Amino acid sequence: MYKEKEQDILFSVSDLKVGFRDHALFENLTLDLKAGELVCFMGPNGVGKSTLIKTLAGLHPPLSHLKGGLKGGEKKISVVLTDKIQVADMSVRELVSFGRYPYLGWNINLSSHDDEIVSRAIGQVRIQHLSEKKLFQLSDGQLQMAMIARALAQETPVLLLDEPTAHLDLNNRVEIMNLLLSLCKKERKAVLVSTHELDLALQTADLLWLAMNKTIKKGIPEDLVLNGALDELFQFKGFDLKTGKVQHSPHRSKHVGLKGEGAELLWTKNALERNGYQVSDRGIHVSISKAGNKFMWRVDEKIFDSISELLKHLDAVDR
Amino acid sequence: MNQKVGIKLRWWLLGGSVLLLFLADLTAGSTQIPISEIVKIIFGFSPLDPIHADIIFNFRLPKTVTCVLTGSALSIAGLLMQTLFRNPLAGPDVFGLSSGAGLAVAFVVMAGLSSQLNVLTIPLAASIGCAGVFVLVFVAAQKIRNNVSILIIGLMIGATTSSIVSILQFFTQAESLQQFLIWTFGSISTLNWTEISFLAGVVLAACFALFVNIKSMNGWLLGESYAQSIGIQSKKVKTLAIVTTSILTGVVTSLCGPIAFVGLAVPHMTRILLGTTNHKNLLPGVIFLGSVLMLVCDILANMPGGGSVLPVNAMTSLIGAPIVVWILIRAKRVYV
Repeated sequence: MYKEKEQDILFSVSDLKVGFRDHALFENLTLDLKAGELVCFMGPNGVGKSTLIKTLAGLHPPLSHLKGGLKGGEKKISVVLTDKIQVADMSVRELVSFGRYPYLGWNINLSSHDDEIVSRAIGQVRIQHLSEKKLFQLSDGQLQMAMIARALAQETPVLLLDEPTAHLDLNNRVEIMNLLLSLCKKERKAVLVSTHELDLALQTADLLWLAMNKTIKKGIPEDLVLNGALDELFQFKGFDLKTGKVQHSPHRSKHVGLKGEGAELLWTKNALERNGYQVSDRGIHVSISKAGNKFMWRVDEKIFDSISELLKHLDAVDR
Repeated sequence: MNQKVGIKLRWWLLGGSVLLLFLADLTAGSTQIPISEIVKIIFGFSPLDPIHADIIFNFRLPKTVTCVLTGSALSIAGLLMQTLFRNPLAGPDVFGLSSGAGLAVAFVVMAGLSSQLNVLTIPLAASIGCAGVFVLVFVAAQKIRNNVSILIIGLMIGATTSSIVSILQFFTQAESLQQFLIWTFGSISTLNWTEISFLAGVVLAACFALFVNIKSMNGWLLGESYAQSIGIQSKKVKTLAIVTTSILTGVVTSLCGPIAFVGLAVPHMTRILLGTTNHKNLLPGVIFLGSVLMLVCDILANMPGGGSVLPVNAMTSLIGAPIVVWILIRAKRVYV
């Protein structure tokens, strides 16, 4: 059995109290981050995720804490924050080079080694084509990638990222989460990501931190789904986490019986439920068949070549 | 690679224009002195006419050196303020620092303290006045994130201090009042070599303090949190910027009177010319370009000829204001 080693813990604090002078956001926190572990930090807006991340990085004074290094961590912790970068007339490469600052002297001369690390960081987030662009020429998503590259260039064992996927499209979101995951597994970094992307978190995180009631509930995603902690946190309205689907209340009394298989069955069912039909083995009988890469939906003697045609027909029958 | 060559050329052009304008400024004046004569005098050879040496050493050289020093000092101050506030509209005059200096000097002079005046009293008072206003504006900037609001606060502080000065003038005896008014007319041509060495010392010390801190100033551009996360101490940056800017503006204002627009315009011109936000290049850049702008202003101020010289303080606004407007229009948005 895998035994947890002391040196796997890259970061730990205990009895941490986070917040502002007269307003505590979190109390009695005991947290640690382990090498090779991707932690997703979730919680509703305004619960204090950003403040906690800044506190862990030593950028916001803790109200109190017992042990753990919260200061002087520039070679240990790198961050991606939600703060806006106000300097726009700077190239992406210059921005990423800031990641090397903890290792440079007063005259900030980048060695060829530093240059290599900067190039590698830019390559890791795949924005080589943007490296000479100025920041004001970038989209929000591209700027976010550049900020992630900057954090990577800092080469720290611990990475704290505050909503790094917020401005990204689906492809980039998945790519960033995969990159973070591979940094954890291949380079044995400890990564903490705050995010609202439940689906991505459930599929990539080793551990979830859920911010609730001034404390943080920890657990692996699957356990937190099954024991209802996630339901409690998000108070899903009509979303069934255990099946991962939004619940539709059937507003039509019609039942539809479906026969078919694979993705086409799944998506037909989705369309029917979305339109208020109950899918069961009774009622109007629809059978799906596949010919080559084309699908056919058959109701009685009629054949439809798209779900939308099928829905129109069912709607006409329903009236 | 091509761009790098272009940048190098621009540096040579900058350095060259400082030298040329320095010489040109020495020729400007009612007495015609040929360039060859000026070069001779500067390098210590005996000139054809000994009066020429007298004019150069006692009148023109002090004024030209003052131009270079004040241009550099105010441009550095402007750059520092724009970096600290990350606000392209920041500058020692727009944020009311010059008025703060004026108020402090007014207090010292009109309270009659001037009788036991030391050479350092007025520069010191002016620097403290600057620092007072700077801290006020900075505290306001921590609460208000809007750049334009902070600019308006700076203008309001300027208006308040000017009116306090007016009230002080109302209650002051004629003798002190006269002394203060003479100070407000201060110009770059009235400095003696002692004052110039003092100014030079201050500018050199400021340059040294800033050059060893270029890393902190660059990092600060990312914002306080990111700066801290790469190991930059925000307290150090804030203190450095406030102290250096206040001393530079205070000393220049106390010796030469308020000089507008140089601090605001030069950092922008430098960023556009050199295409960089790196203080390693910006700092020498603003020193060169600040000198260029002040020298041009002084040469233009001498244009009327016939012994009459326009106040250089008026020239800087006349040239600086259109430059700022042009930059705003050209760049649509001005970045720090």
